[in-house]
Amino acid sequence: MAVVTYLIRVLPLTLLRKPIKSAFIRSFLYYVPFVTLAVMTFPAILSATVRVWPGLAAFVAAIALAYAGASLLTVSVGACLIVIVIELML
Amino acid sequence: MKQNRTWFFKGIRDGIPIALGYIAVSFTIGIAAKNTGLTAFQAALMSLTNNTSAGEFAALGLIASGASYMEMALTQLIINLRYSLMSAALSQKLSGNTPFFHRPLLAYGVTDEIFGVSIGVDGKLNPFYSYGVISVAAPAWALGTFLGVVTGNILSGQILGALSVALYGMFIAVIIPPARKNKVLAGLIAVSMGASLLFAYLPLVREISAGFRIIILTIVLAGIAAVLFPIKDENAEEKSDGSKNIPVYTCDGSGNLSDPGIAAYSPAQAD
Repeated sequence: MAVVTYLIRVLPLTLLRKPIKSAFIRSFLYYVPFVTLAVMTFPAILSATVRVWPGLAAFVAAIALAYAGASLLTVSVGACLIVIVIELML
Repeated sequence: MKQNRTWFFKGIRDGIPIALGYIAVSFTIGIAAKNTGLTAFQAALMSLTNNTSAGEFAALGLIASGASYMEMALTQLIINLRYSLMSAALSQKLSGNTPFFHRPLLAYGVTDEIFGVSIGVDGKLNPFYSYGVISVAAPAWALGTFLGVVTGNILSGQILGALSVALYGMFIAVIIPPARKNKVLAGLIAVSMGASLLFAYLPLVREISAGFRIIILTIVLAGIAAVLFPIKDENAEEKSDGSKNIPVYTCDGSGNLSDPGIAAYSPAQAD
């Protein structure tokens, strides 16, 4: 199990050592993280919390904070606090 | 050397929210491991050597059903294939004169979250940044698993929910800031979330596992974006690729595409 999960991670990193020349592949790899992280975040964040609303509120708050230029830590902790506040108050 | 140190500490700082989220998620893995009959040590070792939430949950199911090593290997390959896409992207984020030994070390820490923050740093990646993140995140992952087995259901679902939201907050903090200056990215993120929502709830496609959903959508959407909006090489010694609508955008987010008319992404669009 550990061997397979490590191989999946180590092969691309060690085999792709030169900058890739193809503009298409370079662009593709540039866009990969944005799509991957966006897909992983939504709608999964809605089912991370016991109810949907706290998750949705955290989602909106995190986007607003990130858009306003808050740091990684602030956005993350902000999202957590929103959930705690809503869960405790409502 | 001094620079490596600065990056390392920056990594530790950015690793804190990851560690918080990890404790919450791996705690639930610990509970599942306990139900499967693993000891706290076995479960923590699994977490320390695998660093994959979906993969570990699946592994516990397989262990419970007495599956073969072959089945285990195949399941892990399928569930974790997205990491190879991330590793490929990360390979291009390293400067050409990064010594080789950093690559197998970095590979250990290619998780959704550590990859997310590593790919999000300005310019090229200094491996010590990732090491800083890993040094707080990986122990937290193993520790949470350990505690999950030992203490069971001591944390309420609400607290676990709040902590696990830290991970999503972090993803958002990685993808939104570059999208502020770049319409293409903002649109791509909105489309990705919308597509993800459809895949999660529409009949038939919702049968596709989360791991595959991520792979399929990433390949299709990043592929389409790469065809429609190829990016320019930052260290351009390039042949002209003749495309006129290249967004002038560099990986460090300092592109001069200062378009004020970027549609701020509103979650309502994705519903």
